[in-house]
Amino acid sequence: MDDINLTKLDEIRAKISQLRGKQKTCITVCGGTGCHAYGCLEVAEAFKEEIGKQNLQDLVDVRTTGCHGFCERGPIVVIQPEGIFYQRIQLDNIKDVISETIINKKIIDKLLYIDPRTKEKIVHEKEVPFYKKQKRIIFGNNGFIDPTDIKDYIALEGYKALTKVLFDMTSEEVIGEIKASGLRGRGGAGFLTGKKWEICRDVDSDKKYIICNADEGDPGAYMDRSLLEGNPHSVIEGMVIGAYAIGASEGFIYVRMEYPLAVENVTIAVEQARKLGLLGKSILGSEYQFDIHIFKGAGAFVSGEETSLMASIEGRRAFPRQRPPFPAQEGLWGKPTNINNVETWANVPLIINKGTEWYSQIGTRKSKGTKIFSLVGKINNTGLVEVPMGIKLREIIYDIGGGIKDGKKFKAVQTGGPSGGCIPAGMLDLPIDFETLTQVGSMMGSGGMIVMDEDTCMVDVARYFLNFTQEESCGKCVPCRVGTRQLVDILTRITQGNGEEGDTKKLEDLGKTIKAGSLCGLGHTAPNPVFTTIRYFKDEYEAHIKEKSCPALFCKDLIVYYIEPDKCVGCLLCLKNCPVDAISGERKKVHLIDQELCIKCGACLEVCPPKVGAVSKYTGKKRDRILKKSSVERAEK
Amino acid sequence: MEKILSEFEKNQKELIHILHDVQEKYDYIPSRAISEISRHLKISESEIYGVLSFYKAFTLKPRGKHVITICMGTACHVRGAPMILDEFKRKLGIEPGETTDDNLFTLETVNCVGACALGPIAIADGDYHGQMKTREVDKIVEKLKNEKRNDSE
Repeated sequence: MDDINLTKLDEIRAKISQLRGKQKTCITVCGGTGCHAYGCLEVAEAFKEEIGKQNLQDLVDVRTTGCHGFCERGPIVVIQPEGIFYQRIQLDNIKDVISETIINKKIIDKLLYIDPRTKEKIVHEKEVPFYKKQKRIIFGNNGFIDPTDIKDYIALEGYKALTKVLFDMTSEEVIGEIKASGLRGRGGAGFLTGKKWEICRDVDSDKKYIICNADEGDPGAYMDRSLLEGNPHSVIEGMVIGAYAIGASEGFIYVRMEYPLAVENVTIAVEQARKLGLLGKSILGSEYQFDIHIFKGAGAFVSGEETSLMASIEGRRAFPRQRPPFPAQEGLWGKPTNINNVETWANVPLIINKGTEWYSQIGTRKSKGTKIFSLVGKINNTGLVEVPMGIKLREIIYDIGGGIKDGKKFKAVQTGGPSGGCIPAGMLDLPIDFETLTQVGSMMGSGGMIVMDEDTCMVDVARYFLNFTQEESCGKCVPCRVGTRQLVDILTRITQGNGEEGDTKKLEDLGKTIKAGSLCGLGHTAPNPVFTTIRYFKDEYEAHIKEKSCPALFCKDLIVYYIEPDKCVGCLLCLKNCPVDAISGERKKVHLIDQELCIKCGACLEVCPPKVGAVSKYTGKKRDRILKKSSVERAEK
Repeated sequence: MEKILSEFEKNQKELIHILHDVQEKYDYIPSRAISEISRHLKISESEIYGVLSFYKAFTLKPRGKHVITICMGTACHVRGAPMILDEFKRKLGIEPGETTDDNLFTLETVNCVGACALGPIAIADGDYHGQMKTREVDKIVEKLKNEKRNDSE
C-alpha cells in the first residue's frame, strides 16, 4: 500500500471489512506473554495445521491476538463471532474443537470455564464473572486484533481519531478536548494530561519531542506490556495525536528490554504505520510530519523516572536530575519534551472518537475513565482487569478476582509497586481513585495490585520492596543510596529474629529523611512500603521483635517444620524428598526431622499428602520447644 | 564489531543501541569492544564502562552454557520464589549473577517477567517453568546437565 490520504483510509477500512465478511468464524488464540508461557503459539500452529488438513480455510480463520487478560486460565481460545470461551486448551483438544465446535456447532463441555462459586459452566467470554464487572474500553479490542497486522486495527475504526484531529481540529481544540475529558496520567502521579500537553505546547522552540514511557519496571505490573503487545497502534495513534497538539516532530517509545514480545510487536507496528503514511512526512496527505523511534531499555528501574529516561535515550547513565526545569521546558537534548505513559496514550484516540462527555461519565469526580490493574498474587483469577475508577477494592478482589487462593484469609493488597503501600482488610470498601489511595498511604502507581493472604509476612514484604529499591537506587542522592540500605539491614535483622526495641521508630525516622533528601520519585516513595506496613500491621513487627516469632509462618529463621507424630503414617515420601537427608524414619513408623540439618526448604510440606497433613510449621515458644526436643533426640542418637 | 559499528552514527545517543548489539552477538561486552566503541563514538572508555556497568542488560563476563533465571517479582515472591531461589543456589553452589566453575550454569534473577499467573517461575534456557516447587529444582538442573552429556556423545 502506498502513502494514503484521508479518503483512502476510509476506502481501506471498507475494503478490509468487505474482504473479511462479517459472519466468518475466527478462532482467536490469546498471544499475551502469559499464554506464551503456556504454549499458545503451538496451539495456534496446530489449529492452522488441522484447518489446512481438513481444507477448511474458507470456513474459518485463525488469529493470534493480543492479551485477553485472564492469564490464570491460559492458553485461552475464543471463537468469534459467537464469543465461545475455551480455556486451558491443550494440543490434543485441537481436533475436537475443529470437528465439534467449528463443523458441528457443538460446545465442548470440558473446555468451558466453570464458575467456582456457582459451579455453572460458562459458554461465552462476556459472561465469565472475571469479565462481567470490567469496563474494557482500552483493553477490549486486544482480543480481536492481531497486533502484527495494522489492517485489524484499521478495521476496528483505527486511526479514525487521527483523521478527525488532523483535518477538523486545531491543536488548541485537541488540548481542550483532552483537558475537558479529565484524563490524568496513568504512570502513577496522576497529573492532568491536557494540562501537561498545554505547558509543553506553549514553550517556544524549533524542535519538540514526545515520549511514551513503556519502562514498566514495577514488579507485578504488566498492563502496559499487554497493551503494547496486544494493541500497539492504539498507543501509536495516541502519540501522533499528542504530537500534533504539542507540535512535536519526533517521538520515542522507551520500552523495557525484559519485554521482548512488546519490543517486537511495537517495532512491527511502527513500520507498518510508516508504510501506510500514518507516520513520517505528510501524514495522511496533510502537511503534518512526525515519526517514532523505538528505544530498548537496558534494565534499570530508575529509568522509568522521566528525567532518568531522557538521560538514557541520550546514551548516558539513567541518572535523574533536578526539576525545574521540567521536561516540558527543557527535556531531551535540552528541547521541550512531553512524556506520557502507555495507558495514557491509549486513552487519547478513544476520547477523540467518543467525545469528552461520554468519557467523563466514567469514573469519579476527580479521577475519570478506567484503569487497568494487574491483579496478581494469592488470588484465584490472576490477570489484567480494566475497571472504572471509583470501583471498590472488594469488587475487584472478590467479584472479578474470585477471592483468595485455597480458601485462605485475605490480609492485604499492595498497590503502586515499590512506591506504594499495603492496604489492609479493613479498607476493602474504599473506592479506587488517585486521591483515596494516596490518602491511605499507598498510591495508584502504574497499577500493580498484589493480593496477600494470611501466609504473607508483612515485615518480609517491606523487606522485599526495600531490597528492591535499594538495588535499583541509582546512587546519586546519599539519603536514598545509604538510607535504603540501612532500612533493608534493619528489616532483615527483624526477620531474622534480631530485632531490637525501638526498631520501628528508627525505620520511620530514617524513612522520613530519605523522603526529604532524595531528588526523584524513587527515593521519595521508597519508604512507603515500610510506613504502611508499620501503620497497619504493627502487631506483626512487634511479634518479630519482642517474641521472635513470625505469625505468618514465613520467615525462615523464626520457624520450624515439624512432623506431627499423631498424624504421620510413615509413608517415606518426605524422607525421600528431603534434599539434605534431615528426615529419619522407617515405613509405617513416625518420621522425625533433625532440626539441625533442616534447611527449611519446605519440600516435606509440599509432598505430604493433603489427607495426611502431618507436616506443620511453628513459630515462637512452640518452635523453641521443638528445637530443644530435636537436640535431645540428636544427642540420644 | 566493525559491522555492528558501521550501522550506527558517530553520536553518543547510539551508545546503548550499540551495547545491546554487542551483548547480543558475544553474550557479553568484551574489553576489545569497549575500545572500538570509544574510537567510533569519540567518547572515553571510562564513560562507556560507566554506562554499561550501570545497566543490568550488559555483562563483562560470558555467561554459562545454561542460564537459569528466577523471577523475583512481587507476585512470585508472595508465592514462594525465595525458597525456589535458595534451592537453586544450594543445588548449583552459586549466588545469583554467578557462573559455575565448569561454565555450565549461570544463575540470574529478574525483577518481574510479567507472567504472574504462573508464579513462582523459573526460566531455564528460555523455557518457562511455572508454579515451581522446590523439589522440581533438582529435575530441571539434572535435565540440563544430561543435555550436555548427550551433546558430547
